[in-house]
Amino acid sequence: MTLFASFDCNLGSFRLVTELQVPGRGVSALIGPSGCGKTSLLRAIAGLDRHQNGYVKVEDEIWQDKKFFVPVHKRALGYVFQNANLFPHMSVSDNLKYGLKRTDESRRTVSFDNAVELMSLESLLARSTCDLSGGEKQRVAMARALLSGPRLLLWDEPLASLDTESKAEILPFLASVPKELGLPVLFVSHSSDEVARLADNLIIMADGRIVGTGPVSEMLTRLDLPLSHQEDAEALVVATVAGFDEVDHLTTLQFNGGKILVTGTGLAQGSQVRLRIQARDVSLTLEPQSGTSILNVLPVTITEIATENDAQYLVRLDCNGTPLLSRVSHRSVRKLELVTGKKVYAQVKSIAVLS
Amino acid sequence: MNPHSDWEAVRLSISLALISTSILILLGTPLAWWLSRTKIKFRPVIEALVAMPLVLPPTVLGFYLLLALGPESPIGRLVSSLGGSQLTFSFTGLVIGSVIYSLPFVVHPLRDAFQAVSKQSLEAAAVLGAAPRDRFFSVAVPLAKPGFLTAAVLGFAHTIGEFGVVLMIGGNIPGKTRVLSIAIFDHVEGLAYGRAHWLSGSMMIMSFLILVVVYSKNRSWAGGRL
Repeated sequence: MTLFASFDCNLGSFRLVTELQVPGRGVSALIGPSGCGKTSLLRAIAGLDRHQNGYVKVEDEIWQDKKFFVPVHKRALGYVFQNANLFPHMSVSDNLKYGLKRTDESRRTVSFDNAVELMSLESLLARSTCDLSGGEKQRVAMARALLSGPRLLLWDEPLASLDTESKAEILPFLASVPKELGLPVLFVSHSSDEVARLADNLIIMADGRIVGTGPVSEMLTRLDLPLSHQEDAEALVVATVAGFDEVDHLTTLQFNGGKILVTGTGLAQGSQVRLRIQARDVSLTLEPQSGTSILNVLPVTITEIATENDAQYLVRLDCNGTPLLSRVSHRSVRKLELVTGKKVYAQVKSIAVLS
Repeated sequence: MNPHSDWEAVRLSISLALISTSILILLGTPLAWWLSRTKIKFRPVIEALVAMPLVLPPTVLGFYLLLALGPESPIGRLVSSLGGSQLTFSFTGLVIGSVIYSLPFVVHPLRDAFQAVSKQSLEAAAVLGAAPRDRFFSVAVPLAKPGFLTAAVLGFAHTIGEFGVVLMIGGNIPGKTRVLSIAIFDHVEGLAYGRAHWLSGSMMIMSFLILVVVYSKNRSWAGGRL
């Protein structure tokens, strides 16, 4: 179930020129600075706005081309708006059933009970939508979208209007939906935290154009793209919980580049976790150090070096297939003679475990 | 005049108001919906036409209706060629006049209520698979419920109270076009103040009670205005 969409149109102040392909599995995040056209693109794909010169195809079904336009209510998509947009004149349960009733039984992706369970809504069903918290509203909106028989989920910054607490409450639900239901998700996001936790693929936009698209670990670390040059530039590592050290309260995580130790033992054996490693927390050394307090030292190969500013370089590293970033000084690069292709050791000072 | 004719006037007024209000809700709803959503250039022209009865003296409106519906007018001729009876000085003529005269009192509250229905709610319905007509009935109409109540009450009350238009196109035919307001006028003219009091007082109490009901309903539904 791949989505292919292309647009070339004027949107008031700017021009939207995009050609985008979204893989049929996993979560694709559409990111970029405010006003670059992310929401416009999502709305155009959904058919909420109709533009000339548009082409949208989902698997083998054309939703829009030069002479043909499937209206939004006939498209099998689950759209979640920035503010939950629940119907104020209906109970939670009636909100959930609104889309369900309008979906042929053959096209339904989840049952009512399934959706309620997935989003933990049992206790809310009889409530009026007015006295729900922001997080609860958004959970109802997510479930409501699932019940309309979607083949594709489109989320327009579903967390943007929530406070930090509600965000934390909702994130696990967002993460579980694509996994449990196997539906592809395209979501607009502003937050690097959401992206790191949820996304499998990134689509990076700027000024109405798509500047890069690919797997999240690659897009975060590509030196020709803006994300790697942000102050909090980071690499994403997917690892499996391999074992615990009960004495020192450490957890061993296995990934394709080797082992990583993190503090704490709260994770489940065998579970998959995402790790964020910031460029500023990675230093390079030519030999593995013995007298150091740093627990994680990984053998890496330098794949690319780019100037960050007058004093620092940004170095992209390959750790047996997993890219990492390191920010080092001009002086260190000169002293250690760091060049592309050189094998060095990355000392990782700090690792954040997500999920 | 016997007291029986007073009852007849009351009955006539109420049936005129009920019929006119029903027609107005049926015609006014699509018109108000269109006005609340359209971005068309000549919208101010339509708005002005709808609002005309608010500013025109009822006698002016009545005069032109009399000409437009008269037996020699194109409309009158069309009706008689189709086998219909005369429109002026008939109950049907009164209904037509009332519908035009009370139009803004029904269309304005409906238009305002529809304007308050957010585009987002309608979009939410669209992405959940509701076609435009379905969105209108399942989202816009329920959300505009207080507007419908206001529109119906204003349309009804305004039709009951009209005088000038009725007098111009309906005259004063007992049992046919002699409605409540005209009956009161007759009583006052004939110095029958007691009968005038009886009718006027009942109308005041009725109007007050209706408004109390509307205001309390609107509070519980929220968002309605009168």
